[in-house]
Amino acid sequence: MLKRTVKRARDGSFQLRLTDDERDLVADLVRQLRELLVSEDADGLERLYPPGYANDPEREAEYRAMVHDELLEKRLAAVDLVEQTAAATTLDEDQLLAWMGAVNDLRLVIGTRLDVQEDQPPIAVDDPRAPAFAVYQYLTHLLAEIVDALSRG
Amino acid sequence: MSAPTISPTEVEQPTDETDVTPDRPWVVIVWNDPINLMDYVTFVFQKLFGYSLEKATKLMLDVHHKGRAVVSSGTREKAELDVFRLHEHGLWATMQHDE
Repeated sequence: MLKRTVKRARDGSFQLRLTDDERDLVADLVRQLRELLVSEDADGLERLYPPGYANDPEREAEYRAMVHDELLEKRLAAVDLVEQTAAATTLDEDQLLAWMGAVNDLRLVIGTRLDVQEDQPPIAVDDPRAPAFAVYQYLTHLLAEIVDALSRG
Repeated sequence: MSAPTISPTEVEQPTDETDVTPDRPWVVIVWNDPINLMDYVTFVFQKLFGYSLEKATKLMLDVHHKGRAVVSSGTREKAELDVFRLHEHGLWATMQHDE
């Protein structure tokens, strides 16, 4: 059994056991996510703003106009919090929830770009998608650890 | 399951020409997608709706195996808020009038 990456402490805070390389990677990724979010025009970004009304274009336009900026602001706020706490060894619950949100947003964007499938077959190491897929798999591991820690009340 | 249900008397009556009717509420549907993790989806259902682990897990499995699940229902305003919060968490959610 591997040592847990994220662990709830007795005082309700969370210990974050990441290497310096992992922290650098996460900080780099959330900076890239901020650039994508602000650009509003990046491949894979559409997955972060799904339609609320699938069969009603008029209401969908109203819904989108109402929520888009707020969704963007919340995503940017999470990115800021992760960047600020990238080197932290202890997080409070709100900070860890920001990590959860930013990591999931990254998985959605990268996974959409990679066209990840439910039963994704392995990708060969010499495949041009291999580096992005390795990042995706790392984020999957990190998200699973975060959710596990948050779920253990 | 032990989830509370809304009795008809608790449903707001429409006061104008609104399309919300107590017997035909709006439903919020979460659709399956190949990216979101099963445990993440379960956690989000618990966090947003206060569902028990049992109920949240059942809904997640419905999404996973049947391709979709109704996760909440009520007025259009409530449905919009729920869809917004699900979108905030990256889930693929839509709302529609109950069939």
